[in-house]
Amino acid sequence: MSNPRKEKLIEVKNIDIIFGSGKKQFKAVDDVSFDIYKGETFGLVGESGSGKTTIGRAIMRINPVSNGEILFHGQKINGRIPKAWDKEITQKIQMIFQDPGASLNERAKVDYIISEGLISNKRFKSEEERMQKVKDALLEVGLLPEFASRFPHEFSGGQRQRIGIARSLVMEPEFIVADEPISALDVSIRAQVLNLLSNLQEQKNLTYLFIAHDLSIVRFITDRTAVIYKGKIVELGETEKLFNNPLHPYTKALMAAVPEPNPYKERQKTLQVYDPTQHRYEEDPPEFVEIEAGHFVLANKEEQLTYRQQIEKRGSLV
Amino acid sequence: MESTLSIQNLVIKFKLRGQTLTAIRDISLDLYKGESLAIVGESGSGKSVLVKSIMGLLDKNGYIDSGKILYNGHDLAKFKTEKDWLKIRGKQIAMVTQDPMTSLNPLKTVGKQIEESVVLHQNLKGKEAYEKTLQLLRDVGIHEVERRYKQYPHEFSGGMRQRIVIAIAVACNPDVLICDEPTTALDVTIQAQILQLLTNLQQKYGLSTIYITHDLGVVAKVADRIAVMYAGDIIEVGKTDEVFFNAKHPYTWALISSLPQLGEKGEELYSIKGTPPNLFKEIKGDAFAPRNQYALKIDFVERPPFFKVSDTHFARTWLLDLKAPKVEPPKVLQAFFEEGRRYANE
Repeated sequence: MSNPRKEKLIEVKNIDIIFGSGKKQFKAVDDVSFDIYKGETFGLVGESGSGKTTIGRAIMRINPVSNGEILFHGQKINGRIPKAWDKEITQKIQMIFQDPGASLNERAKVDYIISEGLISNKRFKSEEERMQKVKDALLEVGLLPEFASRFPHEFSGGQRQRIGIARSLVMEPEFIVADEPISALDVSIRAQVLNLLSNLQEQKNLTYLFIAHDLSIVRFITDRTAVIYKGKIVELGETEKLFNNPLHPYTKALMAAVPEPNPYKERQKTLQVYDPTQHRYEEDPPEFVEIEAGHFVLANKEEQLTYRQQIEKRGSLV
Repeated sequence: MESTLSIQNLVIKFKLRGQTLTAIRDISLDLYKGESLAIVGESGSGKSVLVKSIMGLLDKNGYIDSGKILYNGHDLAKFKTEKDWLKIRGKQIAMVTQDPMTSLNPLKTVGKQIEESVVLHQNLKGKEAYEKTLQLLRDVGIHEVERRYKQYPHEFSGGMRQRIVIAIAVACNPDVLICDEPTTALDVTIQAQILQLLTNLQQKYGLSTIYITHDLGVVAKVADRIAVMYAGDIIEVGKTDEVFFNAKHPYTWALISSLPQLGEKGEELYSIKGTPPNLFKEIKGDAFAPRNQYALKIDFVERPPFFKVSDTHFARTWLLDLKAPKVEPPKVLQAFFEEGRRYANE
């Protein structure tokens, strides 16, 4: 819901992210804007190469933003910023990576992996305090404190992802970018990690940016979702609304492609392919508009009219 | 029904640092002609080991301890030399692997890679082989085939690369096609296209296919039958709708219940407690028993036999024994089963 009283934690304003220079220039993210409210889980979905990870990395300040700005608590975090603020957001914005096999330093013990952020940010006064923090973080993610003296290869995939989560929790963040945190895990382990993420969110009032390509998981865990296609957000809204009534043809194709665990439904499904040439954007270029409260879509004037009619029709049916 | 491939009482073991690990524990499974069979299980359940043994691709420390793999009058379990395998592998049983990035040679054009397999297995040469390759490229849905023939794998997207891998697999007109997680590395929209392609090719070439996957959505789309594996054993097998909507083994229940589609937003998603058993140790009874809230005493002592649910549906759980107490599947599942029955009646 676009409740104006809700506190905006992250504001992404018209950002472009360009890789390369001169003739080889490539615009990975093109004029993207969205807000993330405090305490919510915001989903970002799209195919590989759509720019979803790039946006996540831009918020983490790993990829520089070419145009536009990103605000955290109303203050700019991209570009040149004061040192103290830089240190503060390094602590408050954390990331959980996709592959827990590759994102943990295999030569370091869990103890060091978890405390690395603490050390580089000098967030402890004594060795006892550091060890206590590591121990607490491990307990919070459902691991034993003894595990601190082991190496990553001694753990299963699910446990490793828990270590990855502990590493970001130890910094006491407010906002976590979770980039495909469970796609490398098995079905039953996925459920455990998803539950862990939701519980932590409740306990610590965390805000998540959840980047994923598995829509069934996005539907389960997120409050609002943005669908991104070739660097542009094509549709954004409350997750349930978006899944029940997608407007943009790309969103529709994406939703239809998600296999459901129901053989009867699956056999009847026909393949929908999104054809980006179906839009007539030469004379009537598209804009990102709020088509109904809290529901944004990328459309030109003509399409907006059709979508409005669709929404009205749906409204009259209810 | 006529079976193409028949696995009988197969036991596969691995030697590792002086210890012996039993990866496959006395499995029997038939692949019927023209069907698509999905083998579902978590990592470590032995599903990949099972199909690797069919292709003769077990790691060096792995061996078939006992049992048979019957195919076309041969017992593949007896094959020793690479020469034996070359008659079967690729020619009659072909495989599509998970990651199209690593299964193609980056230094050869895709055309040459497909042609290699055409020349080797179909005894075609020169122009004929070239024409056949172009035909295969068209079959797997690639446009501008003459231009694409000359390109290297890095010039293709992930989905297109997987199409090339599929073209190589069907180039030899195999009987059996094994797809090991064919779409795990792909996006949902591309996944849907590749699955559609595989289904079409299966009908066109009359293939019998084995899918290995952990994604129950994919299974629902492509499979005629499902075999569920846990800790090296098949614990339930049946037609797709039977296993989905009339599952009998508690592990199958747990697997379906942990799907996010069945979860209630804002509430805990069902998750299986504990971890899979250590395969180095001898497993007594039902391997799932320690994690199973419905486990009976006998589950810890004796391995359950296959109880018959219907002519096509079998499950290895003592809960189906006449003397067992009546146990209802978890609540979430009952609603799911109900929905399935509604669809079945329509």
